[in-house]
This record gives sequence, structure tokens and C-alpha cells, in this order.
Amino acid sequence: MFGAGGGTSSYQEIEDTDLIILWGSNAREAHPIFFHHLLQGVRRGARLYAVDPRRTTSAQWADVWLGLDVGSDIALANAIGREIIDAGLVNEAFVQRATTGLAAYAAAVEPYTLERAEGDTGVPASVIRELAHAYARADRAQLCWTLGITEHHNATDNVLALINLSLLTGHVGRYGSGLVPLRGQNNVQGGGDMGALPNKLPGFHDVETDLPARARFEARWGAPLPPKRGWHLSGMFEAMERGELRTLYVLGENPAQSEADQTKAIRLLSGLDHLVVQDIFLTRTGELADVVLPATATWAEAEGTVTSSERRVQRVRRALTPPGQARDDIAILCELARRLGHEFGEPTAQEVWDELRALSPMHGGMSYARLEALGGLRWPCPDESHPGELFLHARLWEADPQRRGPAAPFTPVEFAPPVDALSEDFPIRLTTGRRLDSFNTGVQSGRFSSPLRRPETLNLAPEDADRFGLEEGERVRVCSRRGAVEAPVHLDASLRPGLAFMTLHFPDQVATNVLTIDATDPKSGTAEFKATAIRVETLALAAPAVPLPEKASA
Amino acid sequence: MSVRFADLPRRLVSLTIDGRAVRVPEGTTLLEACRQEGIDTPTLCYVETLTPVNVCRVCVVEVEGARALVPACSRRAEAGMVVHTDSERVRLSRRMVLELLASSVDLSLAAPEVRAWMQRYGADASRMGPAAAPDGHHRDQAHPGHHRVGDGARAETVAQPVKVDNENYVRDYSRCILCYKCVGACGTDAQNTFAIAVAGRGFEARISTEHAVPLPDSACVYCGNCIAVCPTGALMFRSEHEMRQAGTWDESRQTVTTTICPYCGVGCNLELHVQDNTIVKVTSPLDHDVTRGNLCVKGRFGFEFVQRRTREG
Amino acid sequence: MASGRTTAAERAAVDAVLGPPSSGWTGGGRDRLDGHVAFGGRSARERRRWLLPALHAVQDRLGWISPGALDYICTRLTIPPAEAYAVVSFYALFATEPQAPVVVHLCDDIACRCQGAEALCAAAEARFGPAGGTGAGDGITWVRSPCLGQCERGPAALIQSAAQAGAAPWSAAVAPATLEGIAAGLAAGAPGPPPVGPLPPQAVDGATDRLRLLRRTGRVDPGQLDSYRAHGGYQALRRAIELGPQGVIQELKASGLVGRGGAAFPTAVKWEAVAANPVRPHYAVCNGDESEPGTFKDRVLMEQDPFAVVEALTIMGFACGAEQGHCYVRGEYPLAIARLRHAIDRARDRGLLGSDVMGHGFRFDIEVHRGAGAYIAGEETALFNSAEGKRAEPRNKPPFPAQAGLFGQPTVINNVETLLNVLEVLEQGGAAYAATGTPGSAGTRLFCVSGCVDRPGLYEFEFGATLRQVLDAAGGVRAGRPLRTVLLGGAAGSFVGPDQLDLPLTFEGARAAGATLGSGVVMVFDDGVDLTDIVRRIARFFRDESCGQCVPCRVGTVRQEELLTRIATGRARGSTADELALLTDLGAAMRDASICGLGQTASTAVESAARLGLIATGGGGGGS
Repeated sequence: MFGAGGGTSSYQEIEDTDLIILWGSNAREAHPIFFHHLLQGVRRGARLYAVDPRRTTSAQWADVWLGLDVGSDIALANAIGREIIDAGLVNEAFVQRATTGLAAYAAAVEPYTLERAEGDTGVPASVIRELAHAYARADRAQLCWTLGITEHHNATDNVLALINLSLLTGHVGRYGSGLVPLRGQNNVQGGGDMGALPNKLPGFHDVETDLPARARFEARWGAPLPPKRGWHLSGMFEAMERGELRTLYVLGENPAQSEADQTKAIRLLSGLDHLVVQDIFLTRTGELADVVLPATATWAEAEGTVTSSERRVQRVRRALTPPGQARDDIAILCELARRLGHEFGEPTAQEVWDELRALSPMHGGMSYARLEALGGLRWPCPDESHPGELFLHARLWEADPQRRGPAAPFTPVEFAPPVDALSEDFPIRLTTGRRLDSFNTGVQSGRFSSPLRRPETLNLAPEDADRFGLEEGERVRVCSRRGAVEAPVHLDASLRPGLAFMTLHFPDQVATNVLTIDATDPKSGTAEFKATAIRVETLALAAPAVPLPEKASA
Repeated sequence: MSVRFADLPRRLVSLTIDGRAVRVPEGTTLLEACRQEGIDTPTLCYVETLTPVNVCRVCVVEVEGARALVPACSRRAEAGMVVHTDSERVRLSRRMVLELLASSVDLSLAAPEVRAWMQRYGADASRMGPAAAPDGHHRDQAHPGHHRVGDGARAETVAQPVKVDNENYVRDYSRCILCYKCVGACGTDAQNTFAIAVAGRGFEARISTEHAVPLPDSACVYCGNCIAVCPTGALMFRSEHEMRQAGTWDESRQTVTTTICPYCGVGCNLELHVQDNTIVKVTSPLDHDVTRGNLCVKGRFGFEFVQRRTREG
Repeated sequence: MASGRTTAAERAAVDAVLGPPSSGWTGGGRDRLDGHVAFGGRSARERRRWLLPALHAVQDRLGWISPGALDYICTRLTIPPAEAYAVVSFYALFATEPQAPVVVHLCDDIACRCQGAEALCAAAEARFGPAGGTGAGDGITWVRSPCLGQCERGPAALIQSAAQAGAAPWSAAVAPATLEGIAAGLAAGAPGPPPVGPLPPQAVDGATDRLRLLRRTGRVDPGQLDSYRAHGGYQALRRAIELGPQGVIQELKASGLVGRGGAAFPTAVKWEAVAANPVRPHYAVCNGDESEPGTFKDRVLMEQDPFAVVEALTIMGFACGAEQGHCYVRGEYPLAIARLRHAIDRARDRGLLGSDVMGHGFRFDIEVHRGAGAYIAGEETALFNSAEGKRAEPRNKPPFPAQAGLFGQPTVINNVETLLNVLEVLEQGGAAYAATGTPGSAGTRLFCVSGCVDRPGLYEFEFGATLRQVLDAAGGVRAGRPLRTVLLGGAAGSFVGPDQLDLPLTFEGARAAGATLGSGVVMVFDDGVDLTDIVRRIARFFRDESCGQCVPCRVGTVRQEELLTRIATGRARGSTADELALLTDLGAAMRDASICGLGQTASTAVESAARLGLIATGGGGGGS
């Protein structure tokens, strides 16, 4: 946000805030320990608003749950912004001093009346108004989101719509007020920090525009760096489709099962000239590979660091001797470099980290010794006397323009409904999400015994099940415009009629991603996992309108 | 700009503990003050991460002017207080509390300190008589306000069959001292799941799900945060329980390594307890501000994948 | 969503007290709006306090709290099922297993033991089968009960009848109880309003001039506000309004009134602390949960003079800045609850409660809470928890109620007798009140005289009367038998010997004698009573009524009962002296280390009995 990609706030702040909006996040199940902090805030008197199509186990804690229609987030956010402006609740001092572009924003949201938003989202106008006023009036407010915001074809616009609200109200850059995107994996944040993004060097230096930084890296590494940004994940798949990308080296990902429109993803991966997969398992993607490099589990068999959703860098440590021929990622990479004619030596994790600290100023103060002693540090932490930043963007509140730095821009965005539109043939909106005891495609989570675990199901509102004459456990065919899967029905009262839910946790049993659409956000490369148009067919009657793909586990 | 939000400076209060002049910040409990002075104070129901419930009463101290003894874990220091932690009254009460517990509960897996305290205070549970055999009296169905009157020859206990009703936990309430820690951890202090609570009353008070249903039929989400705070081994991971049964559990051969959970992006610290290159238990440090000792089911039990890397996976 | 196991009857019972569900998320049918919005969080958590009323509704209607009913209540109130079950299983008047629709609770506690309680239990067993059955034959079962607060007319029974065949549920005391009387009660069904109650024994000869607290009892119609006014009612509130809140507290200070619950704490100090607390709102609470074995005074006051309780509580609210009053009455007092509720409604009709009390612009109203069978709920902080819909577990103090009481707010709490003294203070003036009684004990005191006396009943004496005077007023030991001992202050009090009859019944007098007036119990035992059995019943009482929170009380009361059983049955471990040494240690730990007064006094009477040599060794056991 406004530069570095990370949540602005620390977990402790949500315990000390006055209002929490949980938008497109089922943190109760997807980020349970963050939810502990959130509930401490609630116990101390914070009001909680949950915005989610489903009344999830998180939303059940809310003072108010706003059950918007899938993909109508911008319609809701813009209406909230309009209402805040209309009611005279804009934080004028902050907006004047620290932002640009209010006029254009105000003009853009002007058509988003409460009445229109009620039509677009399904949420009563009075409730939207209540949220707008509560957020604007709160002394401190935290706006948290997860994949419900980002797994859409317009993910970046969704995020911008929320950022606009924080700028309008000044709920950023202060203790207890901030923007909190919760990271889905233990080192998504760290991956970004380390430059595992198409356009960034470690420390969020832009490859194309931050020339001094690039020079610094080139000098240290003694090699020129590509001056152009690369592809993000879906860009790579598009490049494969165009035939421009012929060789792929996959580290710790399982795109054969995690990508939307799975049938297509497998076809493209299978068509590569050369596929290298480095993982701790022989994944479905690994099965397609020419070379598989067995790796160590970074969190239990190797040394290093990861970065959490509050920008806290923490140490992972080796507790187990890795099995068989598994090797440390660093060792594999260095050996690969050696085979390719470059001598990286045999650096330890700490040596690699110290190199990073020398090149990325925001990590400068994070020595292994300090990470150990302090239980981790939040970036930016420029030097070893710095305690690490509790929250970001405090500069926006500085009176001195020099110290305040560049203003934060409003970015007007428009509501665009999900790409996979509902129709007579596909009348049900399928959305996807996580369960507490499972994780992504189940590669990690599928191997421990959990009394909570039940097989994949198509969750339907009880009213819909009634309407279709379906009973709990009855197997049905779920069809989208791209494919079909079979799954048993589960009656789920957190859903309203017309809304269905599945997870991505059991791809070997039910390949949900056969259904999902690969419509992708052009800016972030995230696919619209959250909005698929489906129909439900009883097995007796089902004609195979769409040929079933071969079983994914074959 | 770097803004710090340290606690506001607190006033100091002066008091006397065992004849020593002591100064502690306002709001400090007597237990904290005792610890600051290096006075070992036994506790069973107290843990830093949970709201004190002051029910075990083994931490009681004598405050001059107070009619009864006061629990050190929750009583805050006040200016001018004169506190005795080793008076005859304190010693007797601590001894009796330990005798009462030891005569009614299986403390064999309690922390080693408990044995040391029993020695220090001369606690001798046999004074209460030989333990009664479990008599088919169903504690889970006890009706409040009624009990079967025995002959007094044997000391009634909480002995009962072990509850094994799921793959992750074992609940052996014969070891339960009713310290309420698991209830606090499952409830408002951390997890807010409320799968368990104290049901019944008096000696028949017990940790229970609704209608004593098995855990899989309850709201339990298997975070294990109850197990993490259980001081007597009443709650145990099934893996540990089975290793103990088989005689293979050996803490002297275990290492503990702190690392970060491999699942979501919250960044929970895990302590991996490893025996023979196998993770046998996962805990989290109480003093780390991300988890405060708490984990979710994935962090607590989801480690299996590193040690089950078979091809068929 | 409530599970499918909730029946229509269960739903109806709960809805009758909570109203229909407000949305599909709280047990109603789902409509379109429910798919897009739900309100919960804080507003849902605040509904917790309706848990006990909802449980009572189900218990009354169905005779037990089934899993399906509990599911529905949990959905309606957003309470986790385990927490709700924890509450249900705490209270003796709730059943978590199916039981007979009619349950006859037979008091077998110490006062009724002197009146043939065991014989009645034996007769009940012969008639209805073993205690606690499902009443397979006629739908009736019986259970033993701790003191039902009818000690002046034991043996006592309480009939709890669930709704049957269209008849509304009802509950009523029968005392003195016989099997025939109980059968007649069951045949008659829900009793109509009983007539104006009996006069206090002291007033039978017309000598009412000595009576203050009891002067209306038996004369005023408890259902008629105008009757209360004709007997001087609402003069005190008028006086309070003239004085203003500060003035009321000044009068209380001048009066020297102290609480009658046992702790003898100055009432003015409590009231002033709450009045001065800047945190709002404040609550005013009347503790009508008297459950101390042998105590029935507050029941008589609530049943016979309910408007006086309402008026006194209104004054308390006025003086302490509370707009809401709460009156918590033990569940075994259905008549008191009905009469208080009736009195509150009448007072509200006449503007003596509500938004403009007496037209003087202050707001006050009263809610009656019905207990559910737990002695410990009479402990003030346990009472708060119970009124909040929780287990009646006492809280650790500090904080005291004046800082954090009911719902965590500043709360002033007194029992019924103390509150009625406030009326006296205002009517007489603080100074005049202080002049009555003794310098250390101002005013009058109610004594619950029961056991082996000629005329058991409620007696009012100015402080300073001796135990002998009280016994004499009650006609002395019945049938002229020799006096063996008197239990003073209740099960938490102590036994005194016949040599102490000249003990002045004042706070200072009792203290000097190492005794306590407690709740005013004077229970008389002649030489025919098996006192070992009485002492064992006291031990059983504390073991049954311990909330179970703290170790000294939870386990100590068990060990105390085991020890007494051993002594009584001639199985002492080592010598009797060894056992008594252990009893002393148990007593010391319970007294010193328990959280609340229950544990702290659980050995007082037992130890005093041992000191007086009232516990017979070997073979003298009896009882259950």
C-alpha cells in the first residue's frame, strides 16, 4: 500500500481498536490465531462488522453481518464512501494534508447511492449507512481482508476501493487504525519482501524505476539484472498458451491443482518443453515434471526466516533430519547455479540473510541475533538500534511536508460484476473458501488426522436443497461453463438461496478448480476463484452436457 | 517517525512481604511481587496467559488485617500491606489444599514442583484414608445437590474411566484438579470456542461438554489450547498418551526447537518436541505475543506431512 | 439454527418467555433479508441474562431440560451449548434427565428432622418408589431437599408440577406436610391465592406494639396496595424524597443500621459507596435468596408484606442512584415470587415504579429473578452471576459489589430484613432508631425459632433480648423436655449449650461468646434428638451446596462428611482425638482458604458441636 506491500498494522492494535471491519475474510477458520487477537479487541469493546456473502463462523461474531452478493464489493465500498462524503463525515484534515484526488473520487462514487448499492449487493441501505457512519465516526478502526477481496477478476480494484475508505476517514497510519490484508500462507509476505514478484527486487525496489537500487544489487551480485518486469503466475500461463514460455522451474507450488480452470492448467503444464519441480512431495505438478528435486520442509528441516501478515520477520529452524535425498533449498539453488556455470559457494541461511540485509534497507537492522532475542522484528527496521515499526504510514500524519512525503492518492474504481455471469443455465453462484482444519490443496493438511475433517461437499442453502429435492449427502453433478464434478450435497445454513460453496482442499476427490474460471485480475494476476456460475444436476437425470475431465488423481 | 506505545509509567506501591520492604508498580499482584522477591509461591490454577480464577487456593498468603487468607495470584498489592507467605496459617492451608487434592485426584503426571511443594508443606494424603475404588457412580450424570453417602472408610476420589473419543485428544479426568485453565483457554481468554465448561457442582463439578457428549459431537475444534495449559496430564495428546502407554515416551531424549507454523500467514511460533527424529508434540511459547501459547488445529497437529512423505501421499 | 430435535412444545415454552424469534438466525423462519444481514455480537451477548428464565420456562412446561430444548434456548440467546449445560447442571431444580412431571421435594434438613421428616421420606418411598424415579405409574416422584424455609411448620414439602394435560405448571409449598396433604395438594392442582397469612406468634394476643418489622404481617392484605397504604405504606418513600438521596444516607448513618445477612456490615457505608461511584448505571439488589437451614424470615416478609419490600427497594434505588432494581428470590418460594411480582405490577400501575416515581421525576423499576435451587446463590456475588444467567459461583473479592457487582456495574445489595429496616429508619428517624436496641446493635431483630419448641415461628425482639427470652416467648422446649442445645445462626452458625441461655442476642454479645446471630436462626434441640445425625446432615448440606470452585470447600466438605460418618459409625481412623485433630485442620483450611462464606463457615457448626461433645462416637449413626 502506498509503496511497500504489506499490512499497515500489528496484531496488538486490533486488540486496542474501536471498530473492526472483516471484509471477505473468514479469519476464524483461515487465520485462527489472528482471530484470537480480534476477539480480544471485541471483548474490550470493539464493534465488529463482517462483510461476506456467507455468514461464516467469523461473521457469527459480528455485531452486524453484511451478506453482500458475491463480487459486489466495489458497489458496497463506493456506496460507503459516498455516504461518508454525503454525511459530512470525511476526515477533512487528513484528506487535505495527506491525500490527493478526492474530487475525482467523490465524482466517481456519486452514482453509488445507498439505494443502488442495496440493489447491487442485496444488503439493506440502512445497514450500509450504519456501517459507513460507524467506520467514519470511530476513533480507531481496522479494516481487514483476505481472499474474498483478492480472488476476483478485479482484485486490485477491490483493494483500492477499501484503501479509498481508509483515506477518506484517516483510518491509516495511526495506532489502532489501519489496513490489514491477511496472508494465506506462512511466507507469502516474505516472498514479496524477498522480491519474488515480477516487478520487485528484495525490499520492494521496483525493477524498472528504482535504478539506484538495481545498481546496488548488480554491484553486489556482479551481474546485470533484467531491466524489465517479469510475468506473474497467470501471466506465465498466458505465455505458455502463446508458446512464449517453454521451460518452467516450480518451487513449492502445485499449480496443476491450485490454478483456476484446472483442465487448462494441466494441459499447459503438460505441453512444456521442460518442467522442473522442487518440492517436499511428489505433487500432481511433480508428476508432470521432467526433473523433480526433493527439497526440505523449510519450517522444520531448514534454517531461515519467514515474514508474517504483520510484517514480522521470524526465524524458522531445523528440528528434523530431512529424509532420503531431500536437500535444503539454498543448497539446491547453489548446486544448480554451479551446474549452470556460476559459483555461489555454500552459504548458510544466515549468510544469505546478511546479504539481503546489506541490500534491502528495510531489513538492515534484523540480525539473526536480534530476531532470536526479540521473537522477530517488523519491517521496516533499518538499523540495529531500531525496534521495528509497529505500524506503517505514520508519516502521513506529520505536519512537516518534508517528513510527510508523497501524498496518498485516491484511486476511483468502478463496480464490475463477476465475469462468469449467472444465467438460466447456470443460475447458482458458487464461491470457494477454506475450512479450519485444511489448507489449500491439502498437500500439507491432508496427512494429519482431524476429527473435524469431512470429505468435500457442495454446500447449498437448505432452501435450495429443498427446491431441488436434494437431501444431505446425496451425490450431485456440479456443472460450470468449463467442466463438471460430482460431489455430495451438504446443507449449510450459512448460505442463502442461490449461493453455493465448495473448498479447494480435496482436489483428488473433487477437483473444484475444474469449475472455476481463470478470468484474472490484470494487475495482480489473481484468478476469480470466488465467483463461478454453476448448475446442480441430480445424477439420475444428468446428461453429460460437459465432458468430465479425467480424474485428477489418475 | 517511530511511535512506541509502551505502558504508561505506573506508580510504585510499598508493602512488606515476610518482613522485607518491597516496592512494586501499582496493579502488581502479590504473586508477581513474591516472584520478584524470589519467594517461591506454589500455584496450580494460575498461568500468565489466562485470567486468574483463584480457585486452587494453594497460593494463599496472609495479609494482616484480612479475616481470611487471600489468593496471591489475583490479589493486587496495596500500599502498606503486610504480607506473610510462610506463617503457620499459610503453611497449614497450603498443606491441606495439597492433601485434599492428592487424596482425590491422580497427581502422578503433575509437574515435579507439585511433589516438591507437598514435601515442603508436609502434605500427607494418606491422612484422608485409602482412596475409594471407582464405584460405578457416574459423575457425568450427577444431579446437583444430591450424593450417595458412603461409609467414610475410604476417601472419595474423582477416579473414572479415561475418555478416548477422538483421534487427537485423550481426557483422563481422574487427573483433573478442576483448575479451570482448560475452560479459560477454550473460552474468553483465548479460543472462544466454549466446547467445554464446568458442569455440575460441588465435588461432582466436572469439565464437560453439553450433556457430556463426546468431543466430536461438541463445538471442539481441536486447537489443543486446553491441553497446552493442563497442569496434571488430565488432557493429553493422544500420541503422547499412546507413547506413555507403550513406555516409549522419554522426555530426556527429546529436543525442543522453535520455528514458525507452515500454514497460514499469521506467523505462529511452534515448539517442535522431537524424539528420534520424529515430532511427538507441538506447543507454542507462552511468552510470545503472537500466540501466547495458543495454536489452531493445523499448527498443533498438522505436522504429520513432513514425516509421511510417501509417494502415494 | 436450532437442531431438528427441538419439539414444538419446547419452542412454545421458550418463546412464551422470550417472545418470538427476531430473525432466522435466532430460531425463526428465514426470509430474504436473513440472507443478507444479521445482528449479533454485543446485542446477542447481552441476552445471556435470559438464560435462567428460559430454562425455568422449559422445566415448568416439560418437567426437564431436554437436549432439544437446550439447543433452542442456545440458538435464541446465542449461548454456547456447553455453557448453557454448565448452568443447567448447577441448579438443583433443573433436571437434565427425564423425570416425572410431578416432583415432590421433601425437606429432610435439620429443622424438619425434628418434625418427622425421615418418617415422611420413608412413607414417600413406600408410596412413590425410590427417590428420583421417572414416576412411571402416576407421574409422581419425590426427592430429598435441603431446607425449604418452612421450618416453623415442618416437615415441609415443595410440589413442582410441570404442565400436564392442558393444565398450567405450578409449584407450591405444603407445610406441615403429610402424604395425605400432599396427595390432596396434587389432586387440587395449582393452588389459589392463600388467605392473608398467620399472625406472628407475638401478635396473637394483640400485643403488636413491640413489633416493627412484623407489625403489618398477618394484618395487611399482601395483594392490595391500598391495604398496604392503609397500614402506613409509602410514608417512608415520601420521607426519602423529602430528604433527598444524601439525606437518606445520612439518616442511615445516624441509625447505625447494619446488615442482617450475617456479616453485619454498616448499611450506610454500602449505600454511600455506590451513590458516590461515578460509573453508571448503578443497580439496587434485594437478596431474597435466604437458604440458610432454619431461616424463613425473609419468606414471611416477602409473602406477607411484599409492598414493603418494593417500597424499601425503591428507596434504595433512589438513594443510590439506581434506575433498575433486582430482587432475587429462591426458587423454593413460589408464593413469595408471585406476590412480589404482583406487588411490583400494582406499584407500577400507580406510578410508584416506572419513569416518574410518585411524580417526583425519578425512574425506578424492579425485576424479580427466580432462583433454581442453590444455597450458594445467596452469597451476593454468586447471586449476581446467577442473575446474569451464569453458574452461581461466588466471585473473588475485591472488587466489591460497590465497585463491580451485577453486570459489572456498581451495585448495592441488602437482604429483605435489612431493607425493611430502612423503612423503620426513615419513619422513626435515624437517631430514634439508633436509640432502640443496644449501643452496638441498633433496632430489632427477627429470630426464626424452630426445632423442639412449643410455638415455632418468627419472633421480633429489640436487640438485647437474651436467648432465654426468645425461648420463653416460643413457649420453651416442647413437652417440657430438657434442652440439649441451640443452633444459633443456622448451619453456618454454631451450637450453644443450655448454660448460655442468658446470652444477649446482639452482634457484640454473640461475638463475645464466639457465636454468630447469622440469619437469626434459633433452632432448639431437646435431649431426644440424635445430634450426631443433625451434625452429619449439616455436613451433607455443605457438601451438596458447595459450588465446587475452590479446593478447600469442594474436597474439604467431602472429607468432613466422611470423617463424621466414620466417627458416628464407630470406624474412627486411629482415635477419635485423631479424627477431631483432622477435623480441626480441615476447618482451619476451609475457614482460611475458601473463596466465600460457604466454605469459610462449613465447619463452624460441626466444630462447635464437637467442642460441646454433641457428636456421639460409634454405633450412634442414624440418618440416611
